[in-house]
Amino acid sequence: MKKRTLIYEKSSPGRKGYTLPACRMSEDEILGSIPAEFHRETDAKLPEVTEGEAMRHFVALSVKNHHIDKGFYPLGSCTMKYNPKLNDVAAAMPGFASHHPMAPCSTAPGSLLLMWELSALLAEISGLPSVSLQPVAGAQGEFAGLLVMRAYHLKRGEKRDRIIIPDSAHGTNPASVTSIGFTSVQIESNEHGVVAPEAVAAVIDENVAGMMLTNPNTLGIFETHVKEIAEIVHARGGLMYMDGANLNANMGIFRPGDVGFDIMHFNLHKTFSTPHGGGGPGGGALGVTAELDRFQPLPVLEKDGDGKLFFNYDRPDSIGRLHSFYGNFANMVRAHAYIRTLGGEGLRRASEIAVLNANYLKTLIREDYEVPYDGPCMHEFVASGSRQKKLGVRTLDISKRLLDFGVHSPTNYFPLIVPEALMIEPTETESKETLDDFAEIMKQIAREARENPELVTSAPHTTPVRRLDEVTAARTLDVCYKGDE
Amino acid sequence: MNIPTELKYTKEHEWIKLDGTTATVGITDWAQGELGDIVFVELPEVGDKIERTKPFGTIEAVKAVSDLFAPLSGEVVEINAALEDDPMVINRDAFGDGWMVRIECSDLSELDQLLDSAGYESIING
Repeated sequence: MKKRTLIYEKSSPGRKGYTLPACRMSEDEILGSIPAEFHRETDAKLPEVTEGEAMRHFVALSVKNHHIDKGFYPLGSCTMKYNPKLNDVAAAMPGFASHHPMAPCSTAPGSLLLMWELSALLAEISGLPSVSLQPVAGAQGEFAGLLVMRAYHLKRGEKRDRIIIPDSAHGTNPASVTSIGFTSVQIESNEHGVVAPEAVAAVIDENVAGMMLTNPNTLGIFETHVKEIAEIVHARGGLMYMDGANLNANMGIFRPGDVGFDIMHFNLHKTFSTPHGGGGPGGGALGVTAELDRFQPLPVLEKDGDGKLFFNYDRPDSIGRLHSFYGNFANMVRAHAYIRTLGGEGLRRASEIAVLNANYLKTLIREDYEVPYDGPCMHEFVASGSRQKKLGVRTLDISKRLLDFGVHSPTNYFPLIVPEALMIEPTETESKETLDDFAEIMKQIAREARENPELVTSAPHTTPVRRLDEVTAARTLDVCYKGDE
Repeated sequence: MNIPTELKYTKEHEWIKLDGTTATVGITDWAQGELGDIVFVELPEVGDKIERTKPFGTIEAVKAVSDLFAPLSGEVVEINAALEDDPMVINRDAFGDGWMVRIECSDLSELDQLLDSAGYESIING
């Protein structure tokens, strides 16, 4: 068959997948009812295909793509857990899916109640009593959290602008700090891969607005000195921010609010199984202490005197709006469904199995790969391709070779403090058999690196496209179809 | 390992070629290999004053973004404009066409701080 890749190349004039009843208005009447400046002068150039062709096109694309419904996805720090379909059933219920975001609150008690409950559930999980669901990504949650931090200090008449960040932090942390005009102060992790209180004490002063810490950190190691560190930061008037990207290790076990964190963001699309990846809609809910509640972004869901829920826009100390409407509502439904399905015991069990799976996999992988910080890990661990690199096979090559086995690559070259890093997070939703299979594949690739390195360095061999020109893709990205030009 | 003996080096993986008081600066072949495909280089402008050990630009690879640290103090007298359109020239020819800036040195005593090729080699084998 002739190769037609784009749906535009499958298009044929007049072909369609719909049948509409005849319009009661004439073309002139329609045009007359729309102001002339909105009239289209050229054709929209939409692809014209039958419903069957459209289905085949998108199903074929979904098969070429890698996704959690198709294969193992051990992408560290991203928590690519399976997304239960029950979540989607809930989100598709007409009462949720068909509700217009501009409809008055009085017509949406069910949707508002769901948001109210989800905030309360996240507050219980985190130990931080005030939760805003508005941020739509982890990075936006960080941004909002830092704005809250700034507003808190300004309200007290203090202009602080330094944020302490360990060298194992997600890159979004210093990026968020820079985005709001603060400055990052980087401190080094110690030989055990955690932040020592002394390192914080060495840089703390009255210009420090706060500290950002991820727990467990990006090495998959639990930061054991949080309480001490929080005391040091609080004593000098700073606030503690927890990057919640790795919350999947903590549910029902460790509550950030109990040990001195003042602000944190949740990633609904990681920990709470809402869809994730490809830049799709996320959820970066923001939890803060009661003292910081007044700064939460607008609008804030509140109950009036009669117990009716409404959006309060009259909050003068708020950092303001972050997003249109109220965040990504459908994902709130999914997260709510997930939390209510598992319940408290179930969430704790999910975290325990996530940690167990990571430790089991680490034990298998370390036979063939270096594991630089080799203590017990939490939900993820960081291996290194340094042994293979001496054979001329780099972590990038190992990752490309994994694609040939239908496995998504682990996170590469991050955290930066581990050379040739392979950051592996299996999540709780994978079976022992899947973990064994993955370890066997990793073993085979290590063997290939010794015996036939060319096979690995020229991988992938079985994917629809081989190695991409990432430089050109990054610099001159061209994703717009321009017709036959 | 490609470490030309006629060049000077820093532990931040830059090479320096001296011509009188003018220094040509780039990153080493080892550094480009560690970074992988280079996507973008941000350089200072001609006339900018730069200070030894302080960042004077950034280099962005597919893997990570890194600061470029000035090996010597002085004034930028020329930049390699070709890097704007084709930064991967650094991957192809780190010690040649991949040069980044030329600096008119203001303090020649700083030259003593630079490493020779043997000193640099011992750092990367560290």
